[in-house]
Amino acid sequence: MSIMSMSKTLFKNLFHGPFTVQYPIKKKDSYERTRGRIGIDIDDCIFCSMCQRRCPTGAIQVDKAASSWSIERLSCIQCNYCTEVCPKKCLHMENQYTSPSFGKVRDEFIKCTNTQSPSES
Amino acid sequence: MGQQTIKAISSNELLAEVLHLKNDGYRLVAITCTCKDGMELSYSFDKNYELLNLRINIGLDEDIASISFLYPFAFLYENEIKELFGVNIKDIAVDFNNSLYKIPVKTPFRKEGTE
Amino acid sequence: MGNRTIVPFGPQHPVLPEPIHLDLVLEDERVVEAIPRIGYIHRGLEKLVEKKDFQQYTFVAERICGICSFMHGMGYCMTIESIMQIEIPERAKFLRTIWAELSRMHSHILWLGLLADAFGFESLFMQSWKIREQILDIFEETTGGRVIFSVCDIGGVRKDISAETLQKIVGILEQVDKELKELTEVFLKDTSVKSRTKGVGVLSKQAAFDLGAVGPMAKASGVELDMRTQGYAAYGKLKFAPIIDTKGDCYARTKVRIKEIFQSIDLIKQCVELIPEGEIKVKVTGNPSGEYFTQIEQPRGEVVYYAKGNGSKFLDRMRVRTPTFANVPALLETLKGCSLADVPILILTIDPCISCTER
Repeated sequence: MSIMSMSKTLFKNLFHGPFTVQYPIKKKDSYERTRGRIGIDIDDCIFCSMCQRRCPTGAIQVDKAASSWSIERLSCIQCNYCTEVCPKKCLHMENQYTSPSFGKVRDEFIKCTNTQSPSES
Repeated sequence: MGQQTIKAISSNELLAEVLHLKNDGYRLVAITCTCKDGMELSYSFDKNYELLNLRINIGLDEDIASISFLYPFAFLYENEIKELFGVNIKDIAVDFNNSLYKIPVKTPFRKEGTE
Repeated sequence: MGNRTIVPFGPQHPVLPEPIHLDLVLEDERVVEAIPRIGYIHRGLEKLVEKKDFQQYTFVAERICGICSFMHGMGYCMTIESIMQIEIPERAKFLRTIWAELSRMHSHILWLGLLADAFGFESLFMQSWKIREQILDIFEETTGGRVIFSVCDIGGVRKDISAETLQKIVGILEQVDKELKELTEVFLKDTSVKSRTKGVGVLSKQAAFDLGAVGPMAKASGVELDMRTQGYAAYGKLKFAPIIDTKGDCYARTKVRIKEIFQSIDLIKQCVELIPEGEIKVKVTGNPSGEYFTQIEQPRGEVVYYAKGNGSKFLDRMRVRTPTFANVPALLETLKGCSLADVPILILTIDPCISCTER
């Protein structure tokens, strides 16, 4: 007969206090590798469209003519594939999550090209 | 990675072969269907971790016999193949009549006109 | 003979994390027959192979199911590697084994919690999941994801674990081991728990074999079926024996899973000792052409992957035969003759993963 087998654990818990974190007030630490969201150094981007072609969900859109790079935040599955194929390594995984939203969010980054001389572009 | 045994047989040899394997103590692992230029059915069996596959190629609308009276649990695989690919499997022990899956499209995995 | 009643069970039921529907034919309180109906979450992931190329499909394969996510990715990669005859580096094999065993642990602990929830022991449920949290933290630290890792790739793995972190994992596992020993006592010894699991849903060895049961369901009935003994990934270099029980009831299935958690801890420790230095990935060129069947052991049992490539980027066919799909006939058999109150526990003891079943 064993009827009070749980009591040891329960007593320990009683004195330990909560194991959970009160979320909005205190945030859990993220790790270096935590896959939060994709970030881009738009100034290094050469608009080669490699990330757009390789993205499994088609979240990324690159427009070479308009020098713009955009990402559908809710379609992105944080697989890190785009950052691996990027030839300029200008894409990177940030360890902060995208903030919640009510609808689809497309974040657009536009390269400021007026500092470049015509020969460079 | 070992070599894999795939034995091609015709559809009317199926029951005899399966009966033979059952008497040898093989376990049915899976029935797989591929739809490309007709239906390609693979019956995988396993005994002492040795995988043996029977391969049958049939036309899109040909009939094939059910093996569910030899391996009762084959009814799930056969119902699945019947529903997703539209293969005519006859005399399944427990026939769900295309209502195992709740899907709006009829035979979604079938590719017509690939021949 | 009493009156026959048909009681619909599911698709939404407190005990079910995922939707499956059973029509239970009852005679008074006894179940006479159960008729399953699935397809509530059929997503057609097998069909998606025609739209995503074989490298992108790794990420789709991982999303077949959230709990055995890593193993689905690994099984798919192993199949493609076999077709393309790629030999992956030793270190990658060990890393895969470590992650696979950690997945097995977190899946089994999750299941223990759900079982406790099914018989109404809320506190035990919370305690189990509290322990599981530490393993999820290991995942987040080593791979970046808590549930879906995206570390397995064709040709190896995408992230390495440093020696320091490996030692840290062993430290965490020792702590988990201690906490689990205390907690699993409750599952195995407590009278109230035993009264719900002992002698419930007995599946004989012959029946388990005849119905094609796999995984803990088969092992608890005495069928020795563990694909890890085939030595895929690094299992060939590790010392272990499949865990078998003979009783075949819910208690035996709980016991097998609990022992498997401790076995996983042992396997990870062996891996950490044996892991060689070196590359973690080889470069993959070309497209797969050919076909291959792979069998690996998931927390829920044997899973079969079949892929057929035609030399282009897109595969012709990708098929997954998941363990729950194979265990459904065994479940239907054990349900016959049990009382209505035991149905939730019986459904849980096959560790149902409906997302896997329907793909």
